[in-house]
Amino acid sequence: MSGTVADSANALLTVSGLETYFPFGNRWFGKREWVRAVDGVDLTVRRGEVLGLVGESGCGKTTLGRSVLRLVEPTRGAVDFDGVDLLSLKGRGLRAMRRRMQIIFQDPYKSLSPRMQIGQIIAEPLRLHRIVPEHEIEMRVQGLLTKVGLEPYFMSRYPHEMSGGQRQRIAIARTLALEPEFIVADEPVSALDVSVQAGILNILLELQRGEGLAMLFISHDLAVVEHIADRVAVMYRGKIVELAETDRVIGSPLHPYTQALLSAVPSIDPATKRKRIRLPGEPPSPIGAVVGCPFAPRCPEAQGVCRESAPALEPKAAGHFAACHFR
Amino acid sequence: MLLNVQDLASYFFLDEGELKAVDGVSFHVDVKETVALVGESGCGKTIVALSLINLIPPPGRVVRGRILFDGRDLLRMESDELRQVRGGGIGMIFQEPGAALNPIYTIGDQITGVLRLHRSLGKHQAQKAAIELLGETGIPEPEKRMNAYPFELSGGMQQRVLIAIAISGRPKLLIADEPTTALDVTVQADILDLLAYLQEQYGMAILLISHDIGVVADVAERIMVMYPGKIVEIADTEDLFRDPRHPYTKALLSSVPRLGVGHNEPLKGIPGAVPDFLDLPSGCTFHPRCTIGDSSCTSEFPPLVDIGYRRKCACYKAETG
Amino acid sequence: MRERNSDNHSSVLRLSLIPGLGHLVLGERRRGVHLLAFAMICVLILTSTWERFLEAFQGSAIDHWIASLFLVACLLSLSTFSVRDVRRLVTLGDERVQSKSPLRIALRRFQANRLAVWSLYVIGALYFIAILTPLLTPYDPSAIEDVLETRYLAPSTAHLFGTDEFGRDLFSRAMYGARVSLSIGLLAMLIAKLVGTTYGSIAAYFGGVVDNVLMRIVDVIIAFPTFFLMLMLVGVFEANLVVLVLILGLTSWPGTARFIRGEILSLKEQEFTESARAIGLPAHLIIVRHLIPSALSPVLVSAALAVAGMIGAEAGLSFLGLGIRPPTPSWGNMVSAGSDALLVAWWVAFFPGALLTITLIAFSLFADGIRDALDPKALMQRFV
Repeated sequence: MSGTVADSANALLTVSGLETYFPFGNRWFGKREWVRAVDGVDLTVRRGEVLGLVGESGCGKTTLGRSVLRLVEPTRGAVDFDGVDLLSLKGRGLRAMRRRMQIIFQDPYKSLSPRMQIGQIIAEPLRLHRIVPEHEIEMRVQGLLTKVGLEPYFMSRYPHEMSGGQRQRIAIARTLALEPEFIVADEPVSALDVSVQAGILNILLELQRGEGLAMLFISHDLAVVEHIADRVAVMYRGKIVELAETDRVIGSPLHPYTQALLSAVPSIDPATKRKRIRLPGEPPSPIGAVVGCPFAPRCPEAQGVCRESAPALEPKAAGHFAACHFR
Repeated sequence: MLLNVQDLASYFFLDEGELKAVDGVSFHVDVKETVALVGESGCGKTIVALSLINLIPPPGRVVRGRILFDGRDLLRMESDELRQVRGGGIGMIFQEPGAALNPIYTIGDQITGVLRLHRSLGKHQAQKAAIELLGETGIPEPEKRMNAYPFELSGGMQQRVLIAIAISGRPKLLIADEPTTALDVTVQADILDLLAYLQEQYGMAILLISHDIGVVADVAERIMVMYPGKIVEIADTEDLFRDPRHPYTKALLSSVPRLGVGHNEPLKGIPGAVPDFLDLPSGCTFHPRCTIGDSSCTSEFPPLVDIGYRRKCACYKAETG
Repeated sequence: MRERNSDNHSSVLRLSLIPGLGHLVLGERRRGVHLLAFAMICVLILTSTWERFLEAFQGSAIDHWIASLFLVACLLSLSTFSVRDVRRLVTLGDERVQSKSPLRIALRRFQANRLAVWSLYVIGALYFIAILTPLLTPYDPSAIEDVLETRYLAPSTAHLFGTDEFGRDLFSRAMYGARVSLSIGLLAMLIAKLVGTTYGSIAAYFGGVVDNVLMRIVDVIIAFPTFFLMLMLVGVFEANLVVLVLILGLTSWPGTARFIRGEILSLKEQEFTESARAIGLPAHLIIVRHLIPSALSPVLVSAALAVAGMIGAEAGLSFLGLGIRPPTPSWGNMVSAGSDALLVAWWVAFFPGALLTITLIAFSLFADGIRDALDPKALMQRFV
């Protein structure tokens, strides 16, 4: 494991220098600012791996996931998917690539068209990309439903007749219809009850292993990420601040933010009680540019240099990257 | 006993039928105690809270039971009296701090308004008391924040403002309905710390309602577990985590992902989903998802009975002792 | 067992060729009675107007021909509907628990609102009668007979609504007036909603500069007082039914356009749209397949209100003498004519006025009913 985050022989998706900004304020009147949702991210997702992306609300993790799929247009940078430069694709070429990379959304109450039957919802991508001939579609839909643990008779149901867990299964089936190689899972279980979460996570893991899928698993919940991810990236105000194997991030985190984040996770095990690290101040606003380390204003260990120059995401140990001057 | 709820039932009368959101719930909260009411979405836990302050939206209403607060039955009070209790005796905070604050008034206006109403303070006194309260809830530079509008504050700060409003009447009981669900983990921990501090300071009891059994583990002394419309287990926090007795509690605990146990362990969920209120299974409503139940569970819902020191359970199969 | 069952089925199906009988046998009383009653009304009209019915096919006016054909079509479609519905009921057997489609839910909610259902009956009856007018009118609406004898006759069994200053039968004129008023309302609404929906979707679909230009045009049109615009146009063109429909329709689409655009833009941000983009669905298909259907249900409500608005506007124009010109009757110009004689013959203005009021109220109650029935919250969330 050498030099930069981006270089890896086994990379399926390589993101480098990615920035996604949104205009904020009026174009003609007043001051125009930029919301720097993704502010210079380098990342690789290897074939067949689950990369967890952790961060608090507003840190840009959802925008990063959307930008990688070009559901949101990045401002600068490069996204390479299996040798194809995604940002240079247009119209038809991009739509054809969509077959290979898919997304699962957070809220299954909103991500399924309310006026379509389940069968139509799952068949839509099959028809669009002509995955199977018309007469095989019904069988394929039934097969997909079985795969996500639902009975075939659900085909004629409508989304509003189903529970949250069932809808998320439908969303997964629709995604799988395209036989993608890469999936962005954006908080796929955080809208679900705990007792149902486990089922969805297990399906995702099973499919990921069975089909050798690569996955970017976005979540605010460290415990869930630990459970599913091979490696974890921690995001703070548009930047990746730490990236390593899951056990290392959870067991021996380097970045002060990661440490604080871990210490705040509530625990039901008296044995694993952690000491709280309190962060002063407020979660940061993503508007405007920052000088120095974005975490410096809240960091308990910040010094002069932190407010002047931004630390780069550098290897601190084998395969363990962190963006901090003092680690 | 500060609050004693006996056989409380609240139904919604819909076109599709009677929805028994709360169906015979009994529990108590002692003075200065923190009790948590835990359950998954759609189990009726919020309706319990709304029943306590008589704010159930139509077509719902309390259909039976007694709610003794300080020895007086809230359900048999005149509306004037009840309003006094709501402002002074019982405070409440909600899940969405953004939605609970009026967007067109400043923070200061909203707090002083409540103070002048319930503590009948003058304008200047109210102003002073409000700044004090904001400081107490950990809002930096409270004088400046008095002139801020809700949208200028982060979610965590909004929740602190709501807590300040809720404790402005010096309540004996604070009902907190999912106070941290909409917040980030680090902010959530701060708010929970704040609640613990205020409880100490003011000697309040807290009824903490949450879907997240992990959140309440640190703060609650006792936990009550709810499953559609009923409380199925009550125990001291430590006992509940160490030795859950109701099969639902057991399954719920084992499906919570825990940090630091190593990854790629398959999680144990509960098969099926929380049943729909309009289509509840017969007998024990948990029996279709239960691993130890048998035919005896399908006829009658098991009563919530003592099964040991300070603990109750509603299951025919639960061990006692 | 099975054979006997299917035997039973075919006999029930044969029975239900007479609309409603099959339902009655199966115990579906409500629907059965409704179907049967409607069919009997049709048959009654057919037998009592048999001679005029036949005249239609001997090369008389086109509206007469339409009326006769419509009556036959009504009977035939009642019969087919009855058979098909009965077939659905018997094949379903005991599993009447069906998947609840959004449409089915909306229908059920609509049916629960009795006021809305009754207003739908009223609207249906008005249109039914309007189409059959040539068969039903007791007198020629423009026939002026012995004026001195028949002028200003009060309502009686011979002249249900009385007669006007030229001795024309007001009941017949009101029926012909209904044809004009109701068809103007419906057609003008259709034009307005079609143009508005297309225009709004185009603006939302292209976005950017196109959207900006299109919406500024809408702003300008909206800023111009519609009624004056109508007055102006009516002044320029000779007012007849087609011109009025076009003028009314083409002056009132901007509201719909703006609404549809806003709705599509907000739906565009929703996750199911993003999900459609993620599978690679081209933008125009996303709009047609996912966005317009979702944006359309509130348009339905405004469409029902718009019909009332158009009928009202036509009445207003006609009252001012700028709408449909007499002797062709419309409710508006009938009220106008009657208002001159209000003290001598109240009935001249009263009956068309009352019909107008009833129609407008029925449409607005009906719109309320659709609004409640289509409430999207009913689909999205459970109660607790």
